[in-house]
Amino acid sequence: MSILVTPQTRLLVQGITGAFGARHAQLSIDYGTQVVAGVTPGKGGQIFEHRGVKVPIFDTVAEAVRETKATASAVFVPPPFAADAILEGIDAHLDLVVAITEGIPVIDMIKVKRAMQGSTTRLIGPNCPGIVTPGEGKDSHGGCRIGIAPGYIHKRGHIGVVSRSGTLTYEAVFQLTSRGVGQSTCVGIGGDPVNGTSHLDVIQMFMADPDTHGIIMIGEIGGSAEEEAAEWIKAHGTKPVAGFIAGATAPPGRRMGHAGAIVSGGKGTAQAKFDAFRAAGIGVSATPSEMADTLLKMM
Amino acid sequence: MNIHEYQAKQLLKQHGVAVPPGEPCKTVAEAQAAAEKIFAAGHTLAVIKSQIHAGGRGKGTFTHGFKGGVKLAKSVDEAVNFAENMLGKTLVTVQTGPEGRVVQTILVAAAEKILKEFYLAVLLDRSNSRPLIMASTEGGVDIEEVAAHTPEKIIKEWVDPAVGIQPFQARKIASGLGLKGDAFNGAVKLIMGVYKTWWESDASMVEINPLAVVETPSGKEAIICVDAKIGLDDNALYRHPDILAMRDLAEESPLEIEASKYALNYIKLDGSIACLVNGAGLAMSTMDIIQHFGGLPANFLDVGGGASKDQVSAAFKIILSDPNVKAIFVNIFGGIMDCNVIATGIVEAVRETGLKLPLVVRLEGNNVAAGKATLDASGLTIISGDTMADAAKKVVAAVAA
Repeated sequence: MSILVTPQTRLLVQGITGAFGARHAQLSIDYGTQVVAGVTPGKGGQIFEHRGVKVPIFDTVAEAVRETKATASAVFVPPPFAADAILEGIDAHLDLVVAITEGIPVIDMIKVKRAMQGSTTRLIGPNCPGIVTPGEGKDSHGGCRIGIAPGYIHKRGHIGVVSRSGTLTYEAVFQLTSRGVGQSTCVGIGGDPVNGTSHLDVIQMFMADPDTHGIIMIGEIGGSAEEEAAEWIKAHGTKPVAGFIAGATAPPGRRMGHAGAIVSGGKGTAQAKFDAFRAAGIGVSATPSEMADTLLKMM
Repeated sequence: MNIHEYQAKQLLKQHGVAVPPGEPCKTVAEAQAAAEKIFAAGHTLAVIKSQIHAGGRGKGTFTHGFKGGVKLAKSVDEAVNFAENMLGKTLVTVQTGPEGRVVQTILVAAAEKILKEFYLAVLLDRSNSRPLIMASTEGGVDIEEVAAHTPEKIIKEWVDPAVGIQPFQARKIASGLGLKGDAFNGAVKLIMGVYKTWWESDASMVEINPLAVVETPSGKEAIICVDAKIGLDDNALYRHPDILAMRDLAEESPLEIEASKYALNYIKLDGSIACLVNGAGLAMSTMDIIQHFGGLPANFLDVGGGASKDQVSAAFKIILSDPNVKAIFVNIFGGIMDCNVIATGIVEAVRETGLKLPLVVRLEGNNVAAGKATLDASGLTIISGDTMADAAKKVVAAVAA
């Protein structure tokens, strides 16, 4: 088992004909992911072909879902049009929309979040690396890769990884895999201040997944999502969790690359998040080099 | 992006918010004309405010000894004297650092008699993804202090983005602030306008501190924004060319401006170890690990997920133009990105810049063996780190040596 996606998940790619979307659609196909449809308005009827796999392109998500039974979408649409693309996926009742796009205006995402109330669709991201559930094959081939993560660093196993940062997720996955430890699912929830899925949401899914035995949670400065997850873990956690927070040395009031990585008004500091981790019994990795070791020592 | 107080007030005014009459001035002559207009209109005081992005202006000192970046003038002559002491001069405040900022513009405005001060702000509440209006009777002071010690004095009202702000919400806030009569009605209109400024400008923060009930020259009570601060969502500037035109490059670090030309995300810090990293999270934690092992990072630098050789070369030139830098730490996790491309970029950049400082490289990921071979074959003195921790220790040791 895994969370959110399985190797059988049928994926559609919104923005499949753009350079970024096309490149990563190819890499997902190479990884063995079921890429069943592409959507680019105005290019319906064309075919996206890669290594013998023919992916039909549609003008709308609704049509793609009707024709291909896709249940999940990866959004690679440029920022000004991304909120519309996400809402289109929700309207088509997809189970899962993963928004990779970086740079969506905050107010657009506030509107999307409001429009999603009552919807059964789960949004991951935006500004995230996506999701990987590793497969059984060599270099985890045959898994479900939605987004931009390097598939080959993964290994099928029992650790769940959730993170706001792409490269730190890869770092944690690489540390695990190099120690022979595999992952159930790795989820990048994204670096924006308004996102579809929080640390807490993913932690709850991992706790409920019988195939996940331990969790690495990676946070960063800004907001209080890590504290909220820690509070829940303190009361309801049943599996070992280790964590790291990036940005202890970031100057207050500055946005550190990610739109959501900012200490403002004394809120959202790394110190407060590390303290919440310790209070909840979460293993604190003193440096990003020790994320896997910190968890493995607890297991 | 941040804008000046006078620009924030222009945006607020466009949305029907009351601000004191005044004008931004770049010369003493302009300041004199603006002051003459204010006194002619019956005001008895004018305020002369230095326009820099840093806070703490009132308590700041100019490098030529003149005290106060915000001054009250009782006459045109006094206003002219203050303008002469501010324009073109360097103001040091608690937020500018010792180097201070040169004042290019001053705001000359009417200073009405303040009867009571309040606080008002609009921002995003990240915990529920909704706009939040915060108000307090404790105006003109540090709101973080109020929040920490007397949180009951902060009124909070969340706006449903589906319908936008409703007048009853503004009435609740005005009533909570204890306002009556003209001031109450004025506050309702003002709060609606401040919210609309936030929403329609794609602001990240609009802060009015103080908001004030004042006595106008005609003896009536009115509620106005005495000071205003607006921060904007950089990701939304593409749809606000009028606001983008307010960008003041003089307020930004020259190295950060240069970096932005190459789509590099660079933030200058005060330490001696420069970092070059891919990914914001990894870049932040590279700074953290340097500090963990006893060093101090000179910068944050994220070259992004698909860095080219040109970007690596530009990044090297930028970090090397910081005179505090004593060593360089390159930390790359090449997931999709080819490590050999990065290695080639590093070798070229080192040759081009004639680098003499210690360089520690930690390279991991896609095609890493070829990347390491390229570094080894270059004949350059490059210290290689196996893990992030190993590399961080080596770069800290190199600076200490």
